[in-house]
Amino acid sequence: MRAERREDRVRRLLDGPHPAVPPELGIEAMRRGARRGRRRARARRLLWLVLSVAFLAFAVWAGVEQPWNPPPAETTPPLDGW
Amino acid sequence: MRQRQARHARQARQRQQDLHAREFEAFVAGAAGRLLHAATLLTAEPPDANPRARSLLTAALAQTYASWDRLRGEDPYDRARQELAARFARSAWRAHHGRGGVLSALGPQERLVVVLRLGEGVAEEQTAALLGLPVERVRAICARAVAALTSPPRTRGAAPPATMTGAPP
Repeated sequence: MRAERREDRVRRLLDGPHPAVPPELGIEAMRRGARRGRRRARARRLLWLVLSVAFLAFAVWAGVEQPWNPPPAETTPPLDGW
Repeated sequence: MRQRQARHARQARQRQQDLHAREFEAFVAGAAGRLLHAATLLTAEPPDANPRARSLLTAALAQTYASWDRLRGEDPYDRARQELAARFARSAWRAHHGRGGVLSALGPQERLVVVLRLGEGVAEEQTAALLGLPVERVRAICARAVAALTSPPRTRGAAPPATMTGAPP
């Protein structure tokens, strides 16, 4: 009960004079936010580019090298009974 | 053909951006006053000389605008307030002393809890989640802060504002 009254007093204290909002505050926030968004979009594009280049490079390498085929034998089989 | 598609996509993106800008402007026009008041209470600055509160709010609003298209129905006011509280909590260790605001006698964490709970009417659970504290801790901090604010300074442990502002950092 008493605690509630005290909280109400603090609420009234907090509801004191409000500061005036400078008009440039919102504009500045928007400018900075837009820049951050653009930077993020650029970073995302770059990431996709790097990923697709890496994938393409891998595909080309695999196509040329065909690592799933067994490597050609390096030693000739023994030749007996000639 | 392809070029025309690209141009259409660009125009659609531009329209979307313009819409977001208009929405954001309307949001700021309606909410900035209350948010700046909360920020000024947090930084414990007087209402007519609040550079820290202004830069805090500018940064929080910039973040809110940057993530505007990912709000997905979430209240932008909640998001901005959350951003404000998080930024203040991160920067609070740099300046502990109030400079003449009504909450100058409190520490940064007490100010955060009092402003969120009593100034903004955020529920205890939400405040706790926002600050990463247990609910009991939020309740205790709030009770301590309310006691410090409503008792005469000499009977409580809280230092009177005169010694707070006079003390060197």
